[in-house]
Amino acid sequence: MSLARANRLTPWMFLAPAAVIMAIALIYPLGYMIWGSFRAWDPSQTIGEAEFVGLKNYVTLWNDPNFRESLGVTLRFAFVVVVVEMVIGVGLALLLDRDIRGMSLLRTMFILPMMIAPVVVGLMWRYMYHPTVGTFNRTLESIGLPTVDWLGQHALLSVIIADIWQWTPFIFILSLAALQSLPRSALEAARIDGATAWQQIWHIKLPLMMPVLIVTGLLRLIDAFKVLEVILVLTEGGPGLSTEILALRISRTATEFRELGVAAAMSNYLLILLLLLTMAMFAFTRWQEARAARIRAASEDDQ
Amino acid sequence: MSQSYEKQNPAFYAVIALLVFMSVGPVLLMFINSFKLDVDIISGTSGLLFLPTIQNYETALCDVLWYEPEHLDFCSLKFGGAFINSLIIALVSTMLTLVIGCMAAYALVRFRFMGRDTVSLTTLMVRMVPPAVLLVPVFGLWNNEFCLDKDGLIGGAIRDAFGGRGDVCLAGTHSGIILIYVAMNLPFVIWILQSFIVQVPKSLEEAARVDGAGPFQVFFKVVLPLIKPGLAAAAIFTFRIAWNEYLLASALSDRNTKTVPILIVNNMSEFNVEWGVIMATGMLLAIPPIIFTLLASRQIITGMTAGAVKG
Repeated sequence: MSLARANRLTPWMFLAPAAVIMAIALIYPLGYMIWGSFRAWDPSQTIGEAEFVGLKNYVTLWNDPNFRESLGVTLRFAFVVVVVEMVIGVGLALLLDRDIRGMSLLRTMFILPMMIAPVVVGLMWRYMYHPTVGTFNRTLESIGLPTVDWLGQHALLSVIIADIWQWTPFIFILSLAALQSLPRSALEAARIDGATAWQQIWHIKLPLMMPVLIVTGLLRLIDAFKVLEVILVLTEGGPGLSTEILALRISRTATEFRELGVAAAMSNYLLILLLLLTMAMFAFTRWQEARAARIRAASEDDQ
Repeated sequence: MSQSYEKQNPAFYAVIALLVFMSVGPVLLMFINSFKLDVDIISGTSGLLFLPTIQNYETALCDVLWYEPEHLDFCSLKFGGAFINSLIIALVSTMLTLVIGCMAAYALVRFRFMGRDTVSLTTLMVRMVPPAVLLVPVFGLWNNEFCLDKDGLIGGAIRDAFGGRGDVCLAGTHSGIILIYVAMNLPFVIWILQSFIVQVPKSLEEAARVDGAGPFQVFFKVVLPLIKPGLAAAAIFTFRIAWNEYLLASALSDRNTKTVPILIVNNMSEFNVEWGVIMATGMLLAIPPIIFTLLASRQIITGMTAGAVKG
C-alpha cells in the first residue's frame, strides 16, 4: 500500500525541484509583471503602494509614437535578419553538403561566432565600424573609396550585418543536418532520372527540408526578438530611435525613465508577440506530426 | 581513415577559405588587437608588424595580479573580481540547472502521471520568455519581496554577520543572480534532455528495476551515464548563457557581484574607449566559450539539432 503510494509520488519527487524553482522565479514574476502593468509604479514603491490605473499604461503606449517606432524597428530588424540568414544559411548548406576533408573542423569554426558573448560581439563590431580607426573604413580608405558612417547614418543596417554574422551559422548547421538526413533513395532516383543539380535542389531537397526549415526559421525569429546586448554595445539604440528595439526600450523605460508600470506593459506586448510565434511553431509541429502519421498509416494500408 | 573524398573545384576551396576568414576574422582581429598598445591601434600601422605586449591584460587584471604592473599607478578596472564573480555564478548555476533539469526531464519522459501534459506545455511556453521581459518583475521581486526581515531570526543573523541596514534581499547577491539563471535555463535544458532520455532503452531500466534498484538508483546509475553527450551539450548551452548574460545581471548585481559583461558595457559607454584594454577583457570573456567550442563542437551541434528539430 505505502509502496504503491511511494511509486505514485516518484515522478513528483523528480519534478519537484524544477517545478518549485520555475514557479518562484519564472511563473510568479510573470504574474507579478502582469499585475504591475496595471499600475502607476515607480522603483521607489513596492507594488502594493502603487496606484491602480487599469489599462492606462497599455493605452498610453499604444498612442506613443516612440513606442510604435520602436516596435517597427524591432519587427523590421527581426524579419530582415531572419530572411537574410535563412537564404544565406540554407544556400551555404546546399553548397557545402559534400564529402570534404576537414568538414568537422569547418563546422567548429562556423559555430564560433554564436558561442561568444553578445557583449563581445558588439565590442568587436563596434571597433570594426569605428569611423576613423575601424577596419572597414580603413580598408575603404586604402582602396580609395569614400568612408561610410556605419553606426551613424546606417545604424540599423550595421546592426543587422553584425547579427547576420553571428547567427547565420545556426541556420547553416541545422539545415546541413537536415540535408544529411534526407532519404538517399529519393536523391538517387532523381539522379538516375537525369535531374540537374538545380532541379534536385528545387524539387527534392528544399521541399523535403521544408519542415525543419520552418521550425528553424521560427526559432530564429523568436530569438531575434531577444537580441539586446549587441545593439546596446553597438549603438545604445541610437542615433535617435533608429536602432532602439523593444527589449532595449523596456530596459531604458525601467532604469532611466523609472516607469516600471509602463515597462511592464511593454514587456507584456512583447510577450504576447512571442507567445503567438511560439504557438504558431507548436501548432506547426503538431500538424506536421499528424500529417506524418497519416502518411505512414496510408502507406501501411497500401501494403 | 580510408574514406575517399570527392575532388573539388579550386573555386570551391576559395569560397570555403573566404567563409572561414569571415567567421573567424573578427575574433582573430580582437585577439591581435588585445596585444597592441592603444597607440598602435589608433595610428593604424595595420597588419602584424607590432611589438606584442601583455600590458592590456595586466591593466585588466590588476586587482588579482600578485605584482604591480609598472605602467599603472592606480588600479581602476576591477576585472579580476568580476571574472571570479562570473565564474562562480556560471559554474554554480550550470551545475544546479543540470541536476534539477535532468531529473525533471526524466520524470516527464518516463512516468505517466496527472498534470504531466500541463507541466510539459508550460515548460515549452516559458522557454521563449526573453530576459528583457523578466527584467521589470525580477528587479521588483528580488529587491522588495524575496527578502528576509531584518528583525527576523535568519535575516538578523545575516545582517549581524555582514553588516548593513534594511532587510536582507536576494538582489545584489550571487544567489539572486544564480536563481534567475537556473530558472531561465531550466525549460531549455529539460527540453533538450527529453530527446536524449527517450533514446535510452526501457529494457535496461526494467532490468535494473528487477535487480532491486529503486527509481533514484535507476536514474543515477543507469540513465545518467547513458545520456552523457546530452548532458555535455546542455551544460555548454547553460554555461554559455550564464557566462554571457548582461541585462539581468546588471539589474541584480551590486558593486561586489558585478560580472564581466557588465564591466565591459560600462567601459564601452565611456567617451574615450581604451580599445586595447577593452579588447583584452573581451578576449578573456570569450576564451571559455572558445575552448568549449574547440573541445566539444560535436556535442554542441548534436544539442543544437536535438533542441531545434523537436521544436
